[in-house]
Amino acid sequence: MTNILIGFFLLLGGFFALVAAVGVIRLPDVLTRMHASTKAGVLGSSLILIGCAIYLHETDITARVVATILFLMLTTPIGAHMIGRASVRDLRTKHDEVDNGA
Amino acid sequence: MTSAEFLDLAVDATFVMVMLSLAIAFVRLAIGPTLADRVVALDMMTISIIAVCGVAAVATGVYALLDVALVLALVGFLATVALARFAERRDARQQEIEND
Repeated sequence: MTNILIGFFLLLGGFFALVAAVGVIRLPDVLTRMHASTKAGVLGSSLILIGCAIYLHETDITARVVATILFLMLTTPIGAHMIGRASVRDLRTKHDEVDNGA
Repeated sequence: MTSAEFLDLAVDATFVMVMLSLAIAFVRLAIGPTLADRVVALDMMTISIIAVCGVAAVATGVYALLDVALVLALVGFLATVALARFAERRDARQQEIEND
């Protein structure tokens, strides 16, 4: 029963990691790509790490997994915010070009 | 199929999926038109490598890999922030040159 639960978590995590990658390659600009990579990516990694915690089944390992997920969820939005701020100029010139063309 | 066989199969399938996502993110890193696209791809690759550490810990039972994942979650963030600040300041410098 536990094995099935672990396998389910791992497969779901792998699926979300793949969805994030497809989003990064297919979506049209930086902001949408960031949306795919941060949200789906963190969810995929977190699910895989939770599966790992259930498999190894020890208190200190669970604490480590919780800390990793917490750090991921704390740092990824900050990183995404910084990249978004850095790409404002590129996006603005792109929008100006579109407006002038219309 | 027993549950242990299912777990083995799930670990293999997850390895394939996560490695595929790593490869696709690398393609975006190579072709990404702007620096911001490349930074996003690099960030994505760091998160995928954390997932690889988790799957490898289940596959081998070596729990030290979780320490690697923890450190990677912190250091990958620093790399992203450093590159983003670099891109921002490079743009600001270019604007200054254009204004002069």
